[in-house]
Amino acid sequence: MSDQETTTTTTAGSGGLAGVTDGSIGGGPTTPTQLKKVKKQKVLLMGKSGSGKSSMRSIIFSNYLARDTRRLGATIDIDLSHVKFLGNLTLNLWDCGGQEAFMENYLSQQRAHVFSNVGVLIYIFDIESRDVERDLATYVNIILALVQYSREAQVFVLIHKMDLIPPTMREEVFVQRVALVRKKTAEAVAIFRKGSLSQSQQSQSSHLPQSHQQQSQPGATTSPTATLPQDLEIGMQLFATSIWDQSLYKAWASIIHDLVPNLAVIETQLASMGAAIDADEILLFERISFLVVSKWTSREGDNNPYGDRFERMSNILKSWKHTCSKFTGTPRNTEQFSEFEYKMGNHFSMFVTQFTANTYILVCMPPGEARFNSAKLNVAAVRPWFKFLDGPGSGTAVAGGGPVQSAYGTAGSNYQVTGS
Amino acid sequence: MSSTGGGGPSGDGGEDPCTQPLPPRPVRFISLAALNLSRVYEQNRQRIQKKDGPKVPDPTTPQMKGKPRLLLMGQRRSGKSSISSVVFHKLPASETLFLESTARIQKDSLNSFMEFQVWDFPGQIDIFENPAYSFDMDAIFGEIGALIWVIDAQDDYLEAVARLNITILHVQRSYPHINIEVFIHKVDGLSDDYKLDIQRDVTIRIQDELSDQGIENAPVNFHLTSIYNHSIFEAFSKVIQKLIPRLGQLEAMLTNLCRTCRFEKAYLFDVNTKIYIATDSTPEDMASYEICSDYVDVIIDFSEVYGSWPRTQQWRDRLEGEPWAQPLEDQVACEWAESGMVLADAQRPIMLREVDRFLALVAIMKEGSYEKMPQINMNVDVVVKGLTEFFEITKPRGGGMGITGQGGQEVVSPGVPPAL
Repeated sequence: MSDQETTTTTTAGSGGLAGVTDGSIGGGPTTPTQLKKVKKQKVLLMGKSGSGKSSMRSIIFSNYLARDTRRLGATIDIDLSHVKFLGNLTLNLWDCGGQEAFMENYLSQQRAHVFSNVGVLIYIFDIESRDVERDLATYVNIILALVQYSREAQVFVLIHKMDLIPPTMREEVFVQRVALVRKKTAEAVAIFRKGSLSQSQQSQSSHLPQSHQQQSQPGATTSPTATLPQDLEIGMQLFATSIWDQSLYKAWASIIHDLVPNLAVIETQLASMGAAIDADEILLFERISFLVVSKWTSREGDNNPYGDRFERMSNILKSWKHTCSKFTGTPRNTEQFSEFEYKMGNHFSMFVTQFTANTYILVCMPPGEARFNSAKLNVAAVRPWFKFLDGPGSGTAVAGGGPVQSAYGTAGSNYQVTGS
Repeated sequence: MSSTGGGGPSGDGGEDPCTQPLPPRPVRFISLAALNLSRVYEQNRQRIQKKDGPKVPDPTTPQMKGKPRLLLMGQRRSGKSSISSVVFHKLPASETLFLESTARIQKDSLNSFMEFQVWDFPGQIDIFENPAYSFDMDAIFGEIGALIWVIDAQDDYLEAVARLNITILHVQRSYPHINIEVFIHKVDGLSDDYKLDIQRDVTIRIQDELSDQGIENAPVNFHLTSIYNHSIFEAFSKVIQKLIPRLGQLEAMLTNLCRTCRFEKAYLFDVNTKIYIATDSTPEDMASYEICSDYVDVIIDFSEVYGSWPRTQQWRDRLEGEPWAQPLEDQVACEWAESGMVLADAQRPIMLREVDRFLALVAIMKEGSYEKMPQINMNVDVVVKGLTEFFEITKPRGGGMGITGQGGQEVVSPGVPPAL
């Protein structure tokens, strides 16, 4: 399936690229100039007071250390922040203070204001919460408001503070909670359906690329939408998270993944580059958050037994960045290292380097000095191809040709695109 | 005895030699290390005399025989097990919350460049005061290299200090060679002033007690530690360095390397525990230790994720085929792991080179030396060869070397790199 998809993308050049990027973006207008356009996504962060919304946001986007989040106070009302992600995507983060008075306010006076045009709702449950029933009741209300105003919004439910559960019990506790949340979501949807049964619902817009999400989150996701009518689906994913380990990066990488514009282009080009330089794995990171934007893995690299390696790399590199900033005394948000290379004898070689202005790239490849050096040169040479990651205007000339094209056939077979 | 003003010979062997007026002796400077070694020698001699068993250990290589032992003692809940889990088992500090209390002596073997045994002693057992337990003191203290006493700084430590005093007195009488290392633990979260106050208070209490008992110059050292930062590793590094035979030689080699390659700081790390076993002679600062130790961490993580699983034969065949047509082993420049990275500010590179399975050399370079990497690599190669030789020579093989003091006649002087 990916073969056709990718070839059309590359050969189409800058003109026709937009065709493959819609769908996951929540129904924005798909004009041919999409590549140039800055996408804005409204992201709601909700959950009970003290559940960790602001901590999470600070770690991912403001480079806080986990232990620094102790300093954060309660969020009053809504804390709006605009996070620039990859130049052509802006996340409007609505960090909604979770105290009950605020919650009621969101659901009543501000209902339309808060819940319209939502791209993503991130709902956070505190696993240690004493009053689960009440949390779930609030959650149902939020979902009801959400489906009323932004039906195509994606829902991410994070079961947070999992570090407080002993490691052996985590899986079990999580599975239980997932079942509970799914049940409640289904109930919320049922309530909504009953309420709006009389109205005719023509909307067809809510078909989300569910298949892709499930593949990225096996185990935890069973389709909640199977029993629902065609006209109302909630794209929902659940994650167990903790700010103390990499689970946070896994959840956020999935959240981000579907929002990134031109994802198919990125993936296609990464794949052809990977094949050309003989890499085993390529990861593309966003510069500030070090979330994995895109990845490509060779057939050999697929044998890697570490399924969690992507979020692990995010975590490792981000904490490495912290170490560097502590050492150099520079602010955490600036670039901390420009090159990182590692050759492990005759096992593998890898390097992490600044790629475009907004991204870092990690390339893992077979050992060999010659191979390593030429790969480094090639990665440097291929930079202009990815210029579009740095935002509109900075380089829409994504030429289809180039040195990588020839190796194309081998790459197409072992990587996936999100397309329909 | 009356103060006769110093004519009488001191051969009367009183109970308390400290109060005896000794004849004036020529002042002789004895270095700490030499003092240590003579203590070890004396103690072993006494033990052999006492036992006179068939298995008389070679008294000249006391610390190389068997595994030097590190004994962790202290009040219950002071954090002994947490320390040993964090340092020797790489448990994340946050997970030590779930550790059960230790009921009996926990013996860990530490397989590294030197073999260590770490004994985690349960706090509730007081081996000196409780006659119900009859401990074989020799079995416990016989081969131990260092006694680590953990004091919880966030608790009332008077009792701990009292018990420590009793322990020191016992140990000093029978096993005077044992280094006593006091870890004033759990100091994270305390202000710097307060930390120092506690350290001063504990030090005074112990010194006073000891001098009341007539023991001067006991080898008692104090460290402020916490498992939530690098201080615990730093403290362990200091403890272990005292047990390394011919540390001075190692340090000289590193100093030499730093001078010729213009490194800012070089560390020789034990990879598994992130303990550094030697560094060059420039003043130590915590910041460079932290970045180097985190660097080792990053490398370990990368190695695990990408280097710890077997590649398929096809992969290898393809890599060894045209156009390279060389076995993979010949394609790499260095069979051990090597890594380099460049900090974004001032372009200061940091390099890492594996010495053997257990050790890695990590160095912070001066700015601008990244271009000279090939030369530096050659120098590092020479030093690494020297280090390997060094460990080959000092390896325990039953009475190879006598106690000639560090840096004595048997000077091993490999690894003098050519100047840049």
